[in-house]
Amino acid sequence: MKILTGNDLKTGDVIWWTGKSWSRHIGEAVDAGDNGEAVLAEESAAQRVNAAYIVDAAASPNGPLPLHIKDRVRAAGPTVRADLGINPDVPIVKG
Amino acid sequence: MYQYDKFDQAIVDARVEEFRDQVNRRINGEMTEDQFKPLRLMNGLYLQLHAYMLRVAIPYGTLSGKQMRMLGHIARKYDRDYGHFTTRQNIQYNWIKLEDTPDILADLASVEMHAIQTSGNCIRNISSDQYAGAAADEVADPRPWAELLRQWSTFHPEFSYLPRKFKIAVIASQEDRAAMRLHDIGLELVMRDGVLGARVFVGGGMGRTPMIAPEIAEFVKADDLLSYLEACLRVYNRYGRRDNAYKARIKILIHELGADEYRRQVAEEFAHVKTLGIDPPLAELERISAYFAPPAYEQGLSDEIDRSNPAFAHWVDQNVKAHKQPGYAIVNISLKPVGGIPGDASSDQIDLMADLAEKYGFDELRVTHAQNIVLPFVAKRDLFTVWQALDAAGIANANLDLVTDIIACPGLDYCSLANARSIPVAQKIAERFADAERQRDIGELKLKISGCINACGHHHAGHIGILGVDKKGVENYQLTLGGSGAEDVSIGKITGPGFDEDGIVDAVERAVEKYRAVRVEGERFIDTYRRVGADSFKEAIYG
Ligand code: HEM
Ligand code: SF4
Repeated sequence: MKILTGNDLKTGDVIWWTGKSWSRHIGEAVDAGDNGEAVLAEESAAQRVNAAYIVDAAASPNGPLPLHIKDRVRAAGPTVRADLGINPDVPIVKG
Repeated sequence: MYQYDKFDQAIVDARVEEFRDQVNRRINGEMTEDQFKPLRLMNGLYLQLHAYMLRVAIPYGTLSGKQMRMLGHIARKYDRDYGHFTTRQNIQYNWIKLEDTPDILADLASVEMHAIQTSGNCIRNISSDQYAGAAADEVADPRPWAELLRQWSTFHPEFSYLPRKFKIAVIASQEDRAAMRLHDIGLELVMRDGVLGARVFVGGGMGRTPMIAPEIAEFVKADDLLSYLEACLRVYNRYGRRDNAYKARIKILIHELGADEYRRQVAEEFAHVKTLGIDPPLAELERISAYFAPPAYEQGLSDEIDRSNPAFAHWVDQNVKAHKQPGYAIVNISLKPVGGIPGDASSDQIDLMADLAEKYGFDELRVTHAQNIVLPFVAKRDLFTVWQALDAAGIANANLDLVTDIIACPGLDYCSLANARSIPVAQKIAERFADAERQRDIGELKLKISGCINACGHHHAGHIGILGVDKKGVENYQLTLGGSGAEDVSIGKITGPGFDEDGIVDAVERAVEKYRAVRVEGERFIDTYRRVGADSFKEAIYG
């Protein structure tokens, strides 16, 4: 599946596309299917998201899980500061 | 310490207001990210893996107590209560909000600081020896020269859009504590027949093509130094490649031209530049130098240190260094607690270090390229008090230059360019070698970790270096041995196939145990490695 991410323009927070708006929790991300580019163009133009891009992900019991480790770390927060974790349930290393 | 004159303050203040307007226009949608990005980068604001990141310049790594306290204030008020000191003697904040940035820059400007020259293809913040002005072995204080270069390079109109970023280091001792020859230009101040001048090394660097800078001039009189540097930069600016970012650094130009041809071209350009009157008049040099006059040392202080507390004695042996002034010492504060994050300090720790500098250190601190902090002017009489305060704050780690004093870049935990995480590897290695007795027995061992080939963690210059790579989407670590960023500069060599996160810790341990088994009296790890050669270490590592 394809999910969408970017940063909140003002705060810089990592955010995920929920189908209607943006959330800090990847568990709320939805499959954008073939609409990704169109959504990103609209949301970027409206200054609701910054540096947005499409992420390949797979469904998991906790919601979408990005295929690339970089996006899993983005979703989870720094792995060395559990206290600052954003979505600490996201597994970083697969398997 | 240098203090801004009205020109310095005016340009920094003007820059804050300019950026405030730019940020407003971005937030209002009057500017796209493509338009805004180069502007924010010129003010040190990056977008990283989790958030905006602000890199603040600490010119030649030197700070007053008030400036240090401001860094703590920013961490507390605008970030998540900590900052990360970097190998370029700067500080980075990982969780900055775009809307707060103009206020942060205004706060910085109020203590004569900024984030200019921390990004982009300009001459970056100048780096120097963290023991400047205090080292027993220096021929001159490098700070006035670093300050002169700061003034010359800031907003230098000709050198604001170089082919690529440009890093300069200045030292004044034979012992190189600043990785001088791994910079685009490295200057070593020297005295010849009573005249101050510099050896000039050009074309060093790390990154994907590590190179040691060749000597381009064996002696440039101090009076000619700016003109000579101007000539070095001009030749680069004209002929450095702009078509390929990977080949755009000056090291590639010099490698392709050859040092002799580059030297010839610089000499030709210098003959012209020297007629332009760039070098400052003596009065200006004296004005700058006066700010770096020695502090008001107390005379007749004792050199005795009461070593009856064993933990204190270990810390003194490892972290306290000889000073040129009798009765005084240089204190290294290691930001490398076992299990901690190399280079990170909390707001409270930052405040404490500022307090100690004000009370016991003539109001001065330094940031080192090894991501530690230095109090360069502490009376030996006060060492125990300083140590007690550091100990209470968890930063009396007695491990300077030992295997747990690891340099690590932010890696995949924070950096959007990373292939692999650096910090967890540093933590695991530090935990493996936590035993203090064993660390001291191993002795000096510089271990450096980068999360990708950009080499921000100086892995090429590590006695032991670790490079994170992406192996089909899985973090993997290559091991290099034999690098050094000191006066015995060398680039480490890859040992062989890479390892996973646990495997790399075992591999490091096998290399260290090999050294312990075959070293002879007085040899450091790097000496043994150079004597016995790579093959026997490879055998120990891979079996
Ligand atoms: C987090 C954002 C960072 C980004 C985007 C970044 C980017 C880069 C890039 C692209 C290079 C390679 C330049 C080249 O070879 O032309 C580089 C080199 C370097 N960076 Fe970073 N870096 C970051 C953080 C850091 C940190 C945290 C440090 C200090 C710990 C640092 C210090 C250095 C050093 C020392 C080099 C190698 C020296 C050289 O340029 O030859 N950087 N960086
Ligand atoms: S070495 Fe790579 S991973 Fe580490 S900070 Fe530099 S760019 Fe990021």
